[in-house]
Amino acid sequence: MSERVFMKGCEAIAEAAVRAGCRFFAGYPITPQNEIPEYFARRMPEVNGTFVQGESEVASVNMLYGAASTGIRAMSSSSSCGISLYSEGVSYMASARIPAVYVNVQRGGPGIGAIQPAQQDYFQATKASGNGGFKMLVLAPSTVQECVDMVYEAFDLAARDENPVLVLTDGVMGTMMEPVVLPPMKSDEEIAELRKKFEHRAIIGHKRGENAFCRPGSVGTGQEAVNIEAAKLYSTWDKDVEVEEFMTEDAEIILAAYGISARISRVVVKKLREEGIKAGMIRPIKISPFPYDTFANLDFNQVKGILNVEMSIPSQMRWDIDHAVQGRTQVNDCLRSGGQLLTNDQVYDAARKLIKEVL
Amino acid sequence: MQKVYERTTGILPNTVSGFCPGCMHSTVHKIIGEAADELGQLDNLVRVEGVGCCGLGQFYVNHDATIAAHGRACAVATGIKRSTPDSLVYTYQGDGDLASIGLAETMSAANRGENFTVIFVNNGIYGMTGGQMAPTTLIGMKATTAPGGRDPEVHGYPMHVVEILDQLTAPYYLERVSCNTPQNVMKARNAIKKGFQYQLEGRGFSLIEIVTSCPTNWGLSTLDSLKFLEEKMFAEYPLGLVRDKGAEK
Repeated sequence: MSERVFMKGCEAIAEAAVRAGCRFFAGYPITPQNEIPEYFARRMPEVNGTFVQGESEVASVNMLYGAASTGIRAMSSSSSCGISLYSEGVSYMASARIPAVYVNVQRGGPGIGAIQPAQQDYFQATKASGNGGFKMLVLAPSTVQECVDMVYEAFDLAARDENPVLVLTDGVMGTMMEPVVLPPMKSDEEIAELRKKFEHRAIIGHKRGENAFCRPGSVGTGQEAVNIEAAKLYSTWDKDVEVEEFMTEDAEIILAAYGISARISRVVVKKLREEGIKAGMIRPIKISPFPYDTFANLDFNQVKGILNVEMSIPSQMRWDIDHAVQGRTQVNDCLRSGGQLLTNDQVYDAARKLIKEVL
Repeated sequence: MQKVYERTTGILPNTVSGFCPGCMHSTVHKIIGEAADELGQLDNLVRVEGVGCCGLGQFYVNHDATIAAHGRACAVATGIKRSTPDSLVYTYQGDGDLASIGLAETMSAANRGENFTVIFVNNGIYGMTGGQMAPTTLIGMKATTAPGGRDPEVHGYPMHVVEILDQLTAPYYLERVSCNTPQNVMKARNAIKKGFQYQLEGRGFSLIEIVTSCPTNWGLSTLDSLKFLEEKMFAEYPLGLVRDKGAEK
């Protein structure tokens, strides 16, 4: 069933969504993710799906909310400052427990920032994607293949939890071409079956007496019960922690990185190993839930230092690492920002500096 | 004895509306139910509800409903209707919701000719939040955020939604009605029914503006509110058909 093709990240994301059964997409132009809506505009008519170019990000995410509330697999995408405008709709979907997928192809912020790649939206993605303290699963691919696999999986996770899911990538992966194995295309029957599972809640016009109500809030004192239900869901996410530990078994120096920064860090870990340094890498594959235990349970007699490698200034993931490590080892940062990419040399130099300080 | 009138089953049985005395929202809900009932659509009806007093309708209606963020009803309805095209979808929005915070969504959905029906309740003021100025507030009319009355030098002029939408090519049916007399209630019901009918025929975007009163926030008795509605609101917002592409044929 699988086929290997050479694809640009954004287009691979869109094709993976179609294959996962996504039949509604709304989005608004913003660099560097324009190839996602453009791909859907061409592709959706071929699969009897709907593509709408929204009049704004605000409208697009609310179209997503509406479409997803009918039980159809639906998606949207944007980038950084556009994603800020998604806060409203995402918060509504989290409150009303509507399954939907959206993608942030990050650029360098804050504000309109730079259109070049960055990882400047970590806090927004993992801590507060909208008002109200809700949580989401946040998947952070580091290759185009992972973009494909994670988008495909994201629809299942959204449906399982009846909650929005965010795929957080960046302008490098969005615009880069790599060979990918595409997942199987879900059949119309499979898609209909998936949609049926949500039918009792779907806003489609039920018989009187069996009506569905989509309420992104409550009246009187009802909201607390809604929040308790949501918190119950979040408490089940220990099983969803996903992390890669690369050469960490005997490591004295750990590079911590997600997404694009992890690819660069992996090269540096290999180089340090060749030079006889016991280096390793911890790569959160999902950044929400964050793999706190992986960091907290490190043997701090062995691990002498952690280098947080991130394309963000100030550092953001560092906050989660500090929370897990609780000062038991030294943590340094290696950062670039505003569309300036990390280089192998910069990460190598920062690792060498940390080694000098702690070994 | 023959039953000549009964309560529509489009609103929940044994429910009493909590709208203020003299408010026309409850009447509008009744005639939506009646219009959908006459078309045999009560078991196929989807409501996308705005924020404000219009959002109270969720407790009375007897059909599927979702609550849009303030102003976003036309975007949410776009997502719904495109995903379940056989359902009869309408938005229910007030003037702050539709003409202020949701103006982009309203104009754009109308311009795309989205195939759903917008029920726009214009009482010239923000009701739920306590009487702030709306885009539709009349010149000189007092509001909590325009305590000296709406001053065109500062606040601009009342916004005429159906006339603005009439500048677009796509909308199929635009009419302004009211619910101040039994005759006008019948006309409003027929307008809603016509909008629903056009949607079922796949004709595209319809908007029915219903000019109503808000005794509570106008600071008038229910009877004085009717007088104000008829003398002042109708002068600014004349009732009548603005566009009916179906009748042109």
